[in-house]
Amino acid sequence: MRTKNTILFSLISTFFLIFLISIWKILATLQGLSINSFNIEIIFIFGLLISLAHLGIGDKIKSIYKSIIFSAIFVFCDGYLIQKLPIWYNVGVFLILYFFTNKISKYTFIGLKEEHSTQVILFDFLTLFGILFFSFVILFPFYMMLVTSFKTQIALLVNPLDFSINFGQDIKDLFKSYFVIFKSYKFGKYIVISTIVSVGTVIITLLFAIPAAYAVARLNFFGKTFLSTSILIIYMFPAIVLVIPLYTIFSQLGLRNSIEGLLIVYTATTLPVAIYMLQGYFKSIPKELEEAAILDKLSWFGIITKIIIPLSIPAISSVALYVFMIAWNEFLFSLMFLDNPNSFTLSRAIQYLSGDAETPRQYLMAGSVVVTLPVLFIFVYFEKYLVSGLTAGSVKG
Amino acid sequence: MNDTLANTEKKTAYILTLPAVLLVFSIILFPIFANIWISFKEVELKDIRIPEPRAKKIVKSISDEPTKIKILYKLRNSSLIQEIRDVSFQDNFPKNFEIENLDPRCSYEKYNLKCEFGNWPAKYRENFQVIFATNDGSNIDKKNLKSIKPKLDGKSDNILLNTNFTLKNFKKVLFENEFIDLLLTTFYYTFFGTVGSIVFGILTAQMVNQKFYGRTFMRSVLLFPYVAPVVALAYTWELLLDPNSGTLNSLLLNYQVIETPINLLGQKYIEISILGFDFKLRLALTTVIMFEIWRYFPLAFLFILARLQAIPKELYEAADVDGASPFQKFFNITLPQITAVISILFMIRFIWNFNKFEDVFLLTGGASGTRTLPINVYQQGFAISDIGMGSAVSIVIVVLLLIFMFFYFKLLGKRVDEN
Repeated sequence: MRTKNTILFSLISTFFLIFLISIWKILATLQGLSINSFNIEIIFIFGLLISLAHLGIGDKIKSIYKSIIFSAIFVFCDGYLIQKLPIWYNVGVFLILYFFTNKISKYTFIGLKEEHSTQVILFDFLTLFGILFFSFVILFPFYMMLVTSFKTQIALLVNPLDFSINFGQDIKDLFKSYFVIFKSYKFGKYIVISTIVSVGTVIITLLFAIPAAYAVARLNFFGKTFLSTSILIIYMFPAIVLVIPLYTIFSQLGLRNSIEGLLIVYTATTLPVAIYMLQGYFKSIPKELEEAAILDKLSWFGIITKIIIPLSIPAISSVALYVFMIAWNEFLFSLMFLDNPNSFTLSRAIQYLSGDAETPRQYLMAGSVVVTLPVLFIFVYFEKYLVSGLTAGSVKG
Repeated sequence: MNDTLANTEKKTAYILTLPAVLLVFSIILFPIFANIWISFKEVELKDIRIPEPRAKKIVKSISDEPTKIKILYKLRNSSLIQEIRDVSFQDNFPKNFEIENLDPRCSYEKYNLKCEFGNWPAKYRENFQVIFATNDGSNIDKKNLKSIKPKLDGKSDNILLNTNFTLKNFKKVLFENEFIDLLLTTFYYTFFGTVGSIVFGILTAQMVNQKFYGRTFMRSVLLFPYVAPVVALAYTWELLLDPNSGTLNSLLLNYQVIETPINLLGQKYIEISILGFDFKLRLALTTVIMFEIWRYFPLAFLFILARLQAIPKELYEAADVDGASPFQKFFNITLPQITAVISILFMIRFIWNFNKFEDVFLLTGGASGTRTLPINVYQQGFAISDIGMGSAVSIVIVVLLLIFMFFYFKLLGKRVDEN
């Protein structure tokens, strides 16, 4: 049992080490270092030796010294003798090794005797592996988007792997792509249009949704259950089914290429989920407050503006942020309804930009950064509100 | 008394809900019926523009005669296929203008030129000219004259409103449109995209549900692909996967994993041999599915994480006492607790993936074997300009979805009964 566990432990930890070093190597390659091989065999042998040595030494040396010694040996052998790479790369390897040896220091010979210890080890390492893997897979495209926008077309074609940014250059050269898209491609205007459309959608949606949600949550009327069930069913209706009839109707009414047209469609498509989210919250507000207000002869308008809205600011902001993000990110309708560059939203403008094969990719990426940053900023800043909104309004694809 | 109270309550409720209901009705429900209507018609993109009579006003001064002016109207029918009936024309002039040559079709009263042009066939064009002179001998301000716009009016048939119906579109969709291929592609895309995102959602939720440093940060990072605009992400992926100078191919070449670049988004099939068996993998479709999973697993993650955090801790403590292993705990406690969420997620994601348009459109445009039904709606309606066909395809989508939902709920109902 112990032998089996020991072997499994060293194998799992070794694979984890290989993974760590490989990611570091990829990142280093992207800074322009020429590394042509992962040297998996060497790292495998080292990893196996380190984990076995760690078990063998046990508590005889303080774990911090142990970690430093192992890391130093590894860096000396791999980085200095075999690969001969710059110092910052080796510092990184040292830190990875230090992290790794720290991670394995909680496993001891005695611990490996316990029941299920292989599964526990596997779970631990899988979690660690998962955290790193998903962070890498998710953040890498965003990183690439940002970095590419600071490069030049020629540099990217000469060495597509060199993502290092020269911060020494003039600030005008560094942000050249951004200057170009704002100057030659009118991105300033598109930001304004996108903002007007998104904020407008939020305001109109709330204006329509708050009274409706209040009625659904509080009042008794014929057709109420039908209304509240149909809200979500309507929301599941695919946008692609609406596109052709809306296109024909809007063409005939002259609403294409207009901000009003987009506002109408965005409001209608976000209304059901806004009502659904709001009525859930309104139901949780104690009824006594309204009963007191009715005795004071407040009208429904007074009840909504003086009692309901002040009490549900969190829910309303969550709906507002959620609707803003949907409207800001929307692409299908802006593709169908806008074909005049004077009325483009940001998403549509980027798509238009990419339609020209001559457009340098750094402009495309600069545009992508411009459209992504506000959303990510809002998301990170208001995450608490938004997560509840996302869970409630998750039917949106 | 009670009755009137209930009545006022009802009235208030209707007033409060009416605006929202009307808007949703006119923009979502009405178009669905309009879609059915259009799908039974032969309509092309050019047919839906209502023909308009148009006039371009050109003001020309006559040399040596500053008190006279020549005005040329370039009249035309905007439509290339439809006639306009009973075209009427109106234009206003300053109060000192007298007309010199009056066309028989026109009358000039109170400085207002009115004409009845009769019927204009399709593509109709005419240069219509009038000459004016001022009656008090003053010079003419050309700019002012140009700023007054003529008004035109006319009647024409709206092809959408007549009652000629045909089954041609549906016949074409089902028999001439490589329908089976379309259906299979859509199904692969939907099914694997859904399953993949749920599997990754379970893995990540399980991961974040444990305690580690930077957990809240990890939770926001995991949601990034879901909240960022699809346009930006699709073009970033396209760059990343580009066969000539994309990062992924360059990396793989650099580390000698592959010898020639792979066109992940532009190649329909790739031959793979595993254990001596050769089979063809639909490469571009797989890549698009990967993007789909990458972008939508955060939603599954969010749902499943919320459910995981609601599982009572006592269950795990009891399992620990019984000496259960981590895998046993996962399969016997966690998994049964999240099946309900998973079945809801499966339905939601399946429906939405089935209708997904933007992702595939931006990545491949439907080329190299990634043409799904929603892409076909766009291609038929706007690339081939056959609005009727596009409508018919979207009706097929709705019908397929309804069938799916019917069976899904039936199956789900059965399982609930068994439990």
